[in-house]
This record gives sequence, structure tokens and C-alpha cells, in this order.
Amino acid sequence: MSKWLNPRSAFGITLIAVALLGLPFVAAMGGQAWVRILDFAILYVFLALGLNIVVGYAGLLDLGYIAFYAVGAYTWALLASPHFGLHLPIWVILPIGAALACIAGVLLGSPTLKLRGDYLAIVTLGFGEIVRIFMNNLNAPVNITNGPQGITLIDPVAFGDFKFSGNTQLFGLTLSGPMKYYYLLVALAILVVIINLRLQNSRIGRAWQAIREDEIAAKAVGINTRNIKLLAFAMGASFGGIAGGVFAAMQGFVSPESFSLMESIMILAMVVLGGMGHIPGVILGAVLLSILPEALRYGVGPIQMALFGKMMVDPESLRMLVFGLALVLVMRFKPAGLWPSPERKRELSEKRTEGKA
Amino acid sequence: MSTNLPTPLLEAKAVAKHFGGVKALRDVSLTIRHGEIYGLIGPNGAGKTTFFNCMTGLYVPDGGGFTFDGAPLVADAPQHAAARGIARTFQNIRLFGNMTALENVMVGRHVRTRAGVIGAMLNTSATRAEEAAIRQRAIDLLHYVRIEDRAGDLAKNLSYGDQRRLEIARALATEPKLLCLDEPAAGMNATETEELRELIEGIRDDGTTILLIEHDVKLVMGLCDRVAVLDYGALVIEDVPAVVQKDQRVIEAYLGA
Repeated sequence: MSKWLNPRSAFGITLIAVALLGLPFVAAMGGQAWVRILDFAILYVFLALGLNIVVGYAGLLDLGYIAFYAVGAYTWALLASPHFGLHLPIWVILPIGAALACIAGVLLGSPTLKLRGDYLAIVTLGFGEIVRIFMNNLNAPVNITNGPQGITLIDPVAFGDFKFSGNTQLFGLTLSGPMKYYYLLVALAILVVIINLRLQNSRIGRAWQAIREDEIAAKAVGINTRNIKLLAFAMGASFGGIAGGVFAAMQGFVSPESFSLMESIMILAMVVLGGMGHIPGVILGAVLLSILPEALRYGVGPIQMALFGKMMVDPESLRMLVFGLALVLVMRFKPAGLWPSPERKRELSEKRTEGKA
Repeated sequence: MSTNLPTPLLEAKAVAKHFGGVKALRDVSLTIRHGEIYGLIGPNGAGKTTFFNCMTGLYVPDGGGFTFDGAPLVADAPQHAAARGIARTFQNIRLFGNMTALENVMVGRHVRTRAGVIGAMLNTSATRAEEAAIRQRAIDLLHYVRIEDRAGDLAKNLSYGDQRRLEIARALATEPKLLCLDEPAAGMNATETEELRELIEGIRDDGTTILLIEHDVKLVMGLCDRVAVLDYGALVIEDVPAVVQKDQRVIEAYLGA
């Protein structure tokens, strides 16, 4: 890789690496809560990049993505908790979770192959709800998911004796549970970035983009659109499944509440707001949309106190108001996303000058 | 050219297709020989594009069938037709607009290559070698249709004539035995049409049989080895241009007499 030898890129990569390594220590100064917020930001990066394969590359609008996350999370919860008395190791559970999510992806994909756009969105939305409602109700007649109470005391991620929960002393530094998860998640996120990059410029990645651009032409050059679309659903779903597993382990608790339609919409918003199909944009979107609500949660109250000396509006409701407004403004002024791929940016600016062609 | 090989490349036998009550194709039978440029003409709505779509698997015929290259052509899916060696362009250009010209041609290599997801994720040496070959072949094809200087531009930003050329390059990337061009000269001026004629002749001389749907009668008569005329979904005549031009039924069909 000759371009990696370029001193400027090498410097940039070193800088990013140092920042990524040091970030949790900076966040920890504000309390472990901030490290957890960071953990979730990275987890959302992972999820958004998985969804990016389906939505950004293949152009399939998927509103039920959270279902695959749920499948992964429940797989971990059931195979590593006292609920069934199973405590399988990570290298067994995570592949099972990914495989089950992958199967769910194909199951969702197969009836939707002829659908596009709005129609596909509605079917996937329904699928997402079905999975959530299943998790909610599979406690009778046989108790599988423990229903709305959820599953507790889930095992943390562990490699042998090294557990990711609790504090660890390492090189004179104290690493808390959330900090260890942070490094695990960063490693996973880097992996998914590399996979996304490689797929983007591959035979399959081009086939996805071709289907997104013109399905009939894609068929005419010999692309088996059915299989290639199912592959996109399966790939995206597998990433969702892995993310779900890590989520369950990190939280130690899962319940159907975590997998609502709102979550699907948030992840889709991350992809769209950041810049569909453009990896840096999707990462930016995921980080912003996961951190902004939390920053507002902690920021809105003190700012009001400083400005008015008293609480004018309940911080909780103001937070969502500001958040919603931010979404509207970004989409109004940067319709291609905050950091779109250069091509997509050009496309939209051209459309504006040409008018509606 | 070798227009008299024993087995024809494509044989259509009594192909029929109707949409509701409209009989778009009525038992059309025709034969395309190896190495020829075969013209398919007819007034608007005569069923030319419907015939194309049946042959390339976009439509399933209601009757009859095709034999291609010595074996029946199961025209149930376009990707099968492409794999068998039938490539096509579209009357209203259908490129992958937000992909570059080079990427468009690279997509055309899909059906002749095999790298999968796992290979791409692991970036195996086989995948890299195949990827390099795809890229090189695509560059060669852009040279062939003479738009290599637009390789990095988005397909939708190319000029109309270049888009037509790009569509041909993408079709050629599938290594077709039969290249089907659906009104490639539509909307072109005289110079562009002349350049297109040279390109089509070049492709034929390099060994690809060509089926040409065209409105420009002058182009068809000058370029094609044999011509078939469709009218109201039925075959009127199939012969060499000199005969077709003089046929009374063809003149009537075109003049609406």
C-alpha cells in the first residue's frame, strides 16, 4: 500500500490512533457515564456502517434494521445468562448471533425482492415490529425471552479469564469496564470500516451500486439481482447481529424496549444525515446523533441556570426539541448529508442549478 | 463476412407476446447468422423492442421460443441471457448514472468474473488479480469506443453520444456473441451517426454478431447484411436490404398506405 507510506497520511493515521486511544481517558474525567456514551457512539458507528451496506450501497431502504440487532442481542442473552443456565464463550455466541441475524436478513429480504423505496420501507418497518413483539410475547406458553421483563445478569464479554466488566490494572493504569468495552468496540468498528471499504470497490460492491442506480440495466448486464440483494440484506444483518451481541454483553440486560422503531429510525438517520454510502460521513452521522442527545441532556439544564438563573423548560423535553430542529436544519441545508461522497454532492448541486429535470 | 455458416446464431420460432388484448408479437420467426449485422425495422409500435425484451429475458414470451448458439434459450431471466452471450443496449439509455464511466464498464464484467464477498473482505490475491484484470479490460473497452478520456467522469455527465458509446462498451464487457442495439442512432446528428456506423462495423469485424433496431432507414440499409421488417407485431419480410427496400408491403407499412 504505497499511499500509506505518504508521510502526511502516516501522520494523520497516527494522530487518529492517538486520539482514539486517549479519548476514553479524557471522557473519564467527566465521569464513567461519558465513557459509556462514547461506547454507544462507537456501537452506533458499527450499526450505521452495517446499515450503510443495505441503504447506502444497494439503495434498499430498510426501516427494520434494529430487528437484526435484537436477534443478535437476544442470542447472546439466551446463550450466556442464568436464564437457561448457559454460559457459552464469545467465539461460539457471536458467530451464532451473526448467523441467526443473517438468516433473519434473508428471511426479510426474500419477500421484498420486488419492492423498492416506500414499499420496501413499510415492509421492513413491519418486520422490525414483528421481531420486537415476538421478543415481548415469547414468555408463554414456553418462557424463551422472559417477555417484557427482559433478561438480566447477562455474561460480559470475556476472553478466557479476562473479563470486560469491572476494573483492571494495566501498565499502572486503571481501566474501567466501559473503557475496556470502548477499545473492543473501536477494534470492531475499524474492522467493519475495512470491510465496508473493501466491499465498496469490489465486484459485489459495484453490483450493489448498479442495482441502486438502475435495476433493469443491472439485470441486462447479467447481475443476478435477487441473490445480490439478498447478499446485501444478509451482510447488513450480520453486522447488526454482532453489534447486538456486544450490546447485550455490555449492558448485562436486554428487554424488547431497546429495539423499538425509534432505534431503527435513528440508525437510518445517522446514515442519511452523515452522507449515504460515504464511510466517513456515516461515521460522523453516527457519532453526532448518538452524542448530541446526551450532550444536550447534560448541557441544557446548566445553560438555563446560567442564562436565566432558573429552569425555564424541562431539560428532557427541550433536548428532543433541539435535536429534532438540528435534524430538520441539516436536511434543509445539506440534503446530501453532512459529509457526502464527492459524487453525490455534485449530483445534488447540479440538480439545484438545473431545476427539476 | 461469414454469413453462410451452417448453424444460425439465433433462431426465433413463432415468438408471440400479448399485453392484455394487444398482440405485440404475432408468431415472429427469424434467423440471425453468425457474424452478420442484422437489422430489425418497423414503424413505431411494431413490436421491435418487445421482441428484444423477449429475447433478452425481460419479458417471458407467451408462445414460441428461441434457440441460441445451438441450444434453447430459456428466456426467464435477463442474467441468463447475458451469461449465454446476449448483450443489449436500451432505447432510452440506461446507464448507472452515479457511477463513473469506468465503473459502468467494470459492472459489465460481473457476469464473466466470480469474486465473492469473502474474497473481497479478505482481499485475497485471487480477488486482487481479478480486480486488476477487470479494470484493465474496462480501460481497454473505453479505448475501443474512444471515450477513454472520460473514464473518471460520472456516466450521467457524459454527452449524449458518449453515453451511447459507454452503453455499448458496457455491453461488450459481458463478452457477447450477439450484441443487440436498440435504436443506437436515435437523436444523433449526421456526424455522430457516421461515427456510430464505423463503430458497429468495427465490432462486427472483431467477431461479434449484431442485431440492430433502428428507425434511420438509410443507416440500416447501408449497414446491415440482412433486414427484417415488423408491422403490427408480425414479420413482413426478412431479406437482404436491396430486396426489402423494393418490397411493396414494406413501403406500405412505412407510408401507412
